[in-house]
Amino acid sequence: MLALTIARLQLQELVRRRLFLVLLLLTIVVIALTTWGFSRIPSLGEGQGRPISEVQRAAVASQLLILVMFMFSFVLAFSAVFAASPAISAEVESGTTLAMLARPITRLEYVVGKWLGLLATVLIYAIPAASVQMLLVQLVVGYSPPHPLEFLGFVIGEAAVILTLSLLFSTRFAGMVGGVSGLILWGLAWMGGIVGAIGLVFDNATLTHVGTASKLILPTDGLWRGAVWSLEPASLIAAARAAGAAAAANPFFAADAPAALYVLWCVIWILFVLALAVWSFTRKEL
Amino acid sequence: MIDAPAIRTHELAKRYGSITALAGLTMTIPRGDIFGFLGPNGAGKTTAVKLLLGLTPPTSGHAEVLGAAIGDRAALRRVGYLPELFRYQSWLTAREVLALHCELAGIDRAAWQREIEDALAIVALADRGSGRIGTYSKGMQRRLGLGVALLGAPDLVVLDEPTSALDPVGRHDVREIIRGLGERGTTVFLNSHLLSEVEQVCHRVAIVDHGRVVAEGTLDELLGGDTVRIRVSDLERAAKTGLSRFGQLDDEGDWVVIRGIDSERVPELVADIVRLGGRVHAVEPRHESLEDRFLRLLGQPN
Repeated sequence: MLALTIARLQLQELVRRRLFLVLLLLTIVVIALTTWGFSRIPSLGEGQGRPISEVQRAAVASQLLILVMFMFSFVLAFSAVFAASPAISAEVESGTTLAMLARPITRLEYVVGKWLGLLATVLIYAIPAASVQMLLVQLVVGYSPPHPLEFLGFVIGEAAVILTLSLLFSTRFAGMVGGVSGLILWGLAWMGGIVGAIGLVFDNATLTHVGTASKLILPTDGLWRGAVWSLEPASLIAAARAAGAAAAANPFFAADAPAALYVLWCVIWILFVLALAVWSFTRKEL
Repeated sequence: MIDAPAIRTHELAKRYGSITALAGLTMTIPRGDIFGFLGPNGAGKTTAVKLLLGLTPPTSGHAEVLGAAIGDRAALRRVGYLPELFRYQSWLTAREVLALHCELAGIDRAAWQREIEDALAIVALADRGSGRIGTYSKGMQRRLGLGVALLGAPDLVVLDEPTSALDPVGRHDVREIIRGLGERGTTVFLNSHLLSEVEQVCHRVAIVDHGRVVAEGTLDELLGGDTVRIRVSDLERAAKTGLSRFGQLDDEGDWVVIRGIDSERVPELVADIVRLGGRVHAVEPRHESLEDRFLRLLGQPN
């Protein structure tokens, strides 16, 4: 299976180009700093002689964890965009593909191999980094998010979506163009999610539709909401519900888990865009 | 299809929008030939190669490589290719690049080690095989590319400007490698704009210009004998015409040029002119080089 050969090569490239090393070192710094920050939570309020309650501690820890994980998902999505955007275009520009694709390998195997290699990169980075962060938070504050596995699934899904889109761009555009496009679209989808939530708050059908459409067209924000939901304690969701619909507009809050149908849509979306990338590259003149 | 020619094309054409890169290429290259595909820059040589290797689809026409349709996987296993402009993965070592291509070409894993070391030895990179490509000079990359094209003893080797970026020693080495391939019975398709290179190694040549083959044949056929220029006076026009039995005649006034004449017949030609009443002032025999022929075909002043 030559797709696996290409996948291995892609992974090897990112290792040799020291992407992993840089991510590892910076992530260790971030985890160390955030863990120190989390370790200060239990002593909050001690100065005033009013130690914080168990519920308050969970609320603060979960909110901070969501913010830290937003940065984490942001880094993950950006890394995926920057690794995927030049994955094919750079090899076309340098003529590497001429030497490789004159061999008995199909364009399908080449594109799918690239995708598998990039996806493996995301998994290898995301799973240990997020797990270590969550474990350390549990250790120092005693807060463990209610759905850690789902959280991993949602952030990895979000990265897979933007990665697949960037790979599609990479079949036609230079790495820089694909990278910038990927990031702008990612930002637009995030804004689209907020617009949709505001529509819900004010019961405005147009805004709600914009939000829904954006969640369907580029499901990064929809999956991010799933990640947020999986980090929130039940007490926080109950309190927010009591506060009314206004909380829904907060991009760092989600009252419900994404529907199973939506998750299925995301999987179909990824496979469809991957198929589009294969189709686009098969028609590419080398 | 063991008996099928190495390459057969029929009216193979490629257009990019309004630009015609290749305008109907029809040719047959038998097995074992060292075939020179010669033309000026932009003549369509690289396009022809990309079409033959399935890297880009033809606009019209069709072609067979080793008896199979373009892009056939089994046939591609038996083809080695050195592209004109390319870089290998800069973060791999030469041995890793060779191993990758062994894998892509479907070469039996047990044979990789020997294939890799043989290829490195042939292109004189054995002592640099563990170096990263990023540290290689252009010439070394070219040598490695040639080594990659030789992996697995292919039946057809396609070389696109193999000696560009090489120093004189490198060029000599490449010619020796090509001759070695010819002796083994490997078909070589050599894309080049370097006439001397083609003249030195090729059995047969096609000259391509503006996307069209303007001449094709063995070197002897193409060069078709020698040329002689004779300064002559007092010779009737009709008598001059009679000289065309010696070769292709060009009447340039004071000078008569006969192309494609067998040099042994020059004294006979001079005797004929004298017999017809002409006075011979000068005789300039000239061996036509491939370059002369090339420039003449391309309509350039010599």
